Amino acid sequence: MIIGEPPPPSGAFGVDALAMTMRFGDFLALDNVELKVRPGSFHALLGENGAGKSTLVKCIMGYYHATEGDILVGGREQAIANPKDAHALGLGMVYQHFTLVPAMTVAENLVLARDDVPAVVNWPKEMKELEAFLARMPFKVPLAAKVSDISAGERQKCEILKQLYLKRRFLILDEPTSVLTPAEADEVLGMLRDMVVKGELTILMITHKFREVMAFADEVTILRRGKLAGAGKVSELTPDAMARTMIGAEELTVQPPRTGEAGKARLELEKLRALDDAGAMAVHDVSLTVRAGEIVGIAGVSGNGQRQLVEVLAGQREAEGGEIRVAGDPYHASREEMRRHNMSLLPEEPLKNACVGGMSVADNIAFREFDRAPFASGGWWLNRGAFRDDAKKKIRKYKIKTRTPETPISALSGGNVQRAVLARELASDVEVLIAANPCFGLDFAAVAQIHAEIMAARNRGAAVLLVSEDLDELLELSDRLVVMFHGEFVYEARTSEADLTEVGRHMAGH
Amino acid sequence: MADGSIGLWTVPLAVLGGAIRVSTPFLFVSLGECITERSGRINLGLEGTLVMGAMSAYGISYLTGSPWLGVLAAGITGALLGALHAGICSLPRVNDVAVGIALMLFGTGLAFYLGKPLIEPTAPRLPAIDFGWWSDIPQVRAALRINVLFLIGVVLAPILYWAFRITRWGLLIRTAGESSDAARAMGHSVLLIRLRATMVGGFLAGIGGSFLSLFYPGSWNEGLSSGQGITAVALVIFARWDPLLCLWASLAFGGAAALGPALQSVGVTSGYHLFNAAPYILTLAIMIITCSPKRTLTGAPAELSITR
Repeated sequence: MIIGEPPPPSGAFGVDALAMTMRFGDFLALDNVELKVRPGSFHALLGENGAGKSTLVKCIMGYYHATEGDILVGGREQAIANPKDAHALGLGMVYQHFTLVPAMTVAENLVLARDDVPAVVNWPKEMKELEAFLARMPFKVPLAAKVSDISAGERQKCEILKQLYLKRRFLILDEPTSVLTPAEADEVLGMLRDMVVKGELTILMITHKFREVMAFADEVTILRRGKLAGAGKVSELTPDAMARTMIGAEELTVQPPRTGEAGKARLELEKLRALDDAGAMAVHDVSLTVRAGEIVGIAGVSGNGQRQLVEVLAGQREAEGGEIRVAGDPYHASREEMRRHNMSLLPEEPLKNACVGGMSVADNIAFREFDRAPFASGGWWLNRGAFRDDAKKKIRKYKIKTRTPETPISALSGGNVQRAVLARELASDVEVLIAANPCFGLDFAAVAQIHAEIMAARNRGAAVLLVSEDLDELLELSDRLVVMFHGEFVYEARTSEADLTEVGRHMAGH
Repeated sequence: MADGSIGLWTVPLAVLGGAIRVSTPFLFVSLGECITERSGRINLGLEGTLVMGAMSAYGISYLTGSPWLGVLAAGITGALLGALHAGICSLPRVNDVAVGIALMLFGTGLAFYLGKPLIEPTAPRLPAIDFGWWSDIPQVRAALRINVLFLIGVVLAPILYWAFRITRWGLLIRTAGESSDAARAMGHSVLLIRLRATMVGGFLAGIGGSFLSLFYPGSWNEGLSSGQGITAVALVIFARWDPLLCLWASLAFGGAAALGPALQSVGVTSGYHLFNAAPYILTLAIMIITCSPKRTLTGAPAELSITR
């Protein structure tokens, strides 16, 4: 709070961002954007990755200073120089990445977030006050538990509670439900919605889930490539209309229809077990068979052992026990076996797990075959011309947007990095494809293309294991659905016969 | 055997006395490093800080005649070296381990250069409290002549243990060390927190150095530290970043270091140098036993460059 200013009015208040323009060097991240959030409303901010949503809210929160434009808080113009100013005005933000300290307890995290942490904390007194505060709140969290020991859903509730504990009355939520099961998402958003209806809170939510916009938001603002693409009342819009406003005129790859029947067993896991980095059991005796021409989807809230399972299949982690067989042969993820069985892998965070960031796009595309003809003579003399020619062909075929084949791959956007990995992994005949969250954080065009390629690989007879936190993606692509919880497979069904509430229940471990 | 009256009891007694005497610099350096590492930074330069502390304490004690002023000077020297480390590390794309190694060499080199004139003179030494007055046996009395700095260190360990839990500064240091994103999102400057934590760490390490030159061995020469600073850094990892465990670990290392001289005093001379290497062998063995390629260390601050 700036000294001498009267305090802002109590209860919910609105925020208007007018004529916001933000330039990063030559790049125009926001171009004359307007956002009007009415007091006591639930407002959704929609847009693809890179549309400028995060930039806009970071300008409001004082992380960035807009090149041009004004911010009105409760109808009054405010100069927000840094997040502390925003906090003093009653603005709070829940980030997509958790900002809780994992090694500390929930209570420690809550008290620490205050601006007036006493020099010596009187824990008995603080605990009493925290419990009194929690009693007034719509959802509960275990105060004495370490944050690293509670579930992702509880962590998200903690983040929101932290903001309420700090008496924030305008809350910005950045993709708040990406780590929640559909039921948990409904619970959290429903309770926030109640507070909005009571006039205690105004909410601005960044999201890409139309279902949540339709169910909870009053109004929506849609951004596209840094420009205001549309705004209006949710009740007057359809998901289709919003999607079209988000993507604009861009054409999406059409997904081929599902054809052919499942064949012989290709990828078999038997009683596979693996540890996580802390030495605890992360994958517990899982057995699964994926047949040729079939997509098996593994659903689950993140942190239930999916990452470790994929790392074992990719050769990034040693299994503690059990067996992996590909086409009947034992499989240890050696390069020779990957080549013999035509194994392909689309890991999550491709830039980290499937690329060498500092090497060129052409080099990254050639990783699988770089020491064979035509890329190399005699297994050691590399033919740079062949690298370039092959890369150019694949860049065209997979629509990779890069300045040159020699550009370092880390300079590409997320969607284009994933396209380059796709080009490398799916170019030859694929017998087994393992994909983990292949579309996380990508735009519509990239998602459509990746989904189409995965379906095409399936139709050509590949056995596909698709691990994803996005249930919609799994329902769309997979033939069979398995739910992973606490390192075990707890539910299995044909996707066409899967019961959504049942799936959600198992994801939450009930 | 010089004294037949207590016979082989000399060895455990000497190890106990040695543990108390030799552990003090380990204790101060490891408590200091514990604070620094909890804030998310590793300062390998504490070996240099230790030697600089020893040199400046000796010099100031000699010039002013007050060993306590020497201790203070050693602390200030250490804090300045800590500030230098933190300052360099706050520049973008600087690796704290590399800076630490550079400062280790810088600190020892500078101490040798500035300390040349201090090898000859004798400076006033720190006092000790005689806890062995009730005994007639000289070995017991020798073992229980305990230095005040050791007592301060023993009190400091539980204070730090609590401070990490109940004080604002303790919570902030842990936040910076566990998640710099979280600290930044709360509006704190991670660099400033780490600067202060590294300075306090340097201050304590400097005091550890003053013990070397002002109490035991109690003179200034270039072979004074022989790697105790760097051993203490390893000891923090062994102690799982817990100040109380740092105290026990320091005592264990002190005892190991006293093993060689103790055995020599009862006439076991074969393998003397081997027994002198006991603390280093202990370091290696502990590292091998407690580390695994398959898992990260429990209790390790998440922001530490060695765990990230």
